[in-house]
Amino acid sequence: MFRRTEPTDCTIRWEGRDIPARAGESLAVALLAAGVAAFRQTPVTGAERGPLCLMGACFDCLVELDGQQNVQACLAPVRPGMVAAMQRGARHFDLAEDAA
Amino acid sequence: MTQVDILVLGAGPAGMAAATEARARGFSVLVLDENARPGGQVHRAVEQREAKDGQDRDGAKLAAAFRACGADYRPNATLWAVEPEGKVFWSEGGAARSARARRLILCAGATERPVPIPGWTLPGVMTVGAAQIALKTAGLLPEGKAWIAGQGPLLWLYANQVVAKGGRVEGIVDLSPPGGLARAAWHLPNALRAPEYLVKGLAWQQRIRNAGIPIRRATRLVAEGDGRLERIVIDGWSRSAELLLLHDGVVPNTQVTRAIPGCAHDWDAAQRCWKPRLDDWGNTTVEGVMVAGDSGGIGGARVAALAGRLAAIEAARALGKLTADQRNAEAGRIRLEWKRQRAPRRFLDALFPPLPEAAIADSTIVCRCEEVTAGKLRGAVALGCLGANQTKAFTRAGMGPCQGRICGPAVHGVIATARGVDPATVDPFRTRFPTKPLTLGELAALAAE
Ligand code: FES
Repeated sequence: MFRRTEPTDCTIRWEGRDIPARAGESLAVALLAAGVAAFRQTPVTGAERGPLCLMGACFDCLVELDGQQNVQACLAPVRPGMVAAMQRGARHFDLAEDAA
Repeated sequence: MTQVDILVLGAGPAGMAAATEARARGFSVLVLDENARPGGQVHRAVEQREAKDGQDRDGAKLAAAFRACGADYRPNATLWAVEPEGKVFWSEGGAARSARARRLILCAGATERPVPIPGWTLPGVMTVGAAQIALKTAGLLPEGKAWIAGQGPLLWLYANQVVAKGGRVEGIVDLSPPGGLARAAWHLPNALRAPEYLVKGLAWQQRIRNAGIPIRRATRLVAEGDGRLERIVIDGWSRSAELLLLHDGVVPNTQVTRAIPGCAHDWDAAQRCWKPRLDDWGNTTVEGVMVAGDSGGIGGARVAALAGRLAAIEAARALGKLTADQRNAEAGRIRLEWKRQRAPRRFLDALFPPLPEAAIADSTIVCRCEEVTAGKLRGAVALGCLGANQTKAFTRAGMGPCQGRICGPAVHGVIATARGVDPATVDPFRTRFPTKPLTLGELAALAAE
């Protein structure tokens, strides 16, 4: 899918495996560089999705990050050792959804 | 609650220029930006990259001046509400914050127009803008069976950046309708007032051809795969694919301005998009709320930076630092250059018209969040829905977490073509605050403020 042209400097955990990354880049970019295409399953049909926009607009990059649900991976900077997993299904209660 | 003279939303070219100009005039300035570093989309990561072209150099200069200007700059900050009298709310580091500003300059930039083709929700399908962000921020190049498809200047620019870095794609699928040059020729004389855009554009396509990357014109593109992208079908011709990058130009990001009561928006027939109604200085129809840059109408990075300065100069007048005559005098040369840089726009708009929404197949998902197809939208129109807000109530299109950010232009276009009416008469999605999903934990921080 993608290849890196610049060095990595740390590792992060994705779905229980180690992935090379560079501190400060977005989590979404690190996952894409490691060949990860699917980041979440939709609450509606359970279909797998991956990032579309990488700029915070589409919400298709949602993951579970260090125990917190519904984190936009494209806006989350990589910290060495961070632990992330797919966002599966419905979100927790959140205000915007409630207000909609 | 923090008090400031001017709050700037966005640290792209318009926001950086507006903040720098406002600081030079002695105002206190607070800048909120969703990204980790200044630059916006066009100058993303410009401080960490080596400047390769004029655009990079422009961006590096803007960013250096911005960093030095003394504005209270908050990266990783997402604005989610604007209330009357300049009250603004945002989230930063997991906590909600608020401030009151005497003047707002909103520089929210542009977002890519959606390209709803069959299968565009498969993992492995992304936008060209996304791939460019991956390239600029982390040096990621497309690899293996990678394709680019759609139309628009950014598509050709990105393909060039890939080639220049030693990358390759399998091919470019040009979905633009034929006859673009003939339509655009009418506007050529005007475009030649800023010939650098044309020269650059012609060089881009040539470099792709020289690199031996096939360019194929097509009218129909389908993405297929089981759970992720495996192949694309170009006018019935199937090729294996693991990455498909789509693009169909950009539209103003009006998510925030549309949510402000009384802020009027107009349909721009040439750019086929909504934009806030602005005077020559960037004042919206709401007192104290200004817009600069692409979020007020697509003009590109240079136009945006000039508009940011003009807005700050006008803010200085509104806040009593300049008389109208002084403002006009100080804006004179900036205004002239702003006009020159805008001259090629009509030519570019005619050369790169957006893809027709009528061509979206009934079975294709338009609203990705709620998985609503074009057929469902057309069904709602057949039942009497006239605009985007009615179809939203009927179909849930635009109701998911992205709040219509991605699908908005396509939903609007599908309704207009299904009704067979002028898009200007079809209302777009209303947006509402909070414009971004918010957690209770974030909100709790407000009470402590
Ligand atoms: S990829 Fe679109 S919001 Fe993160």
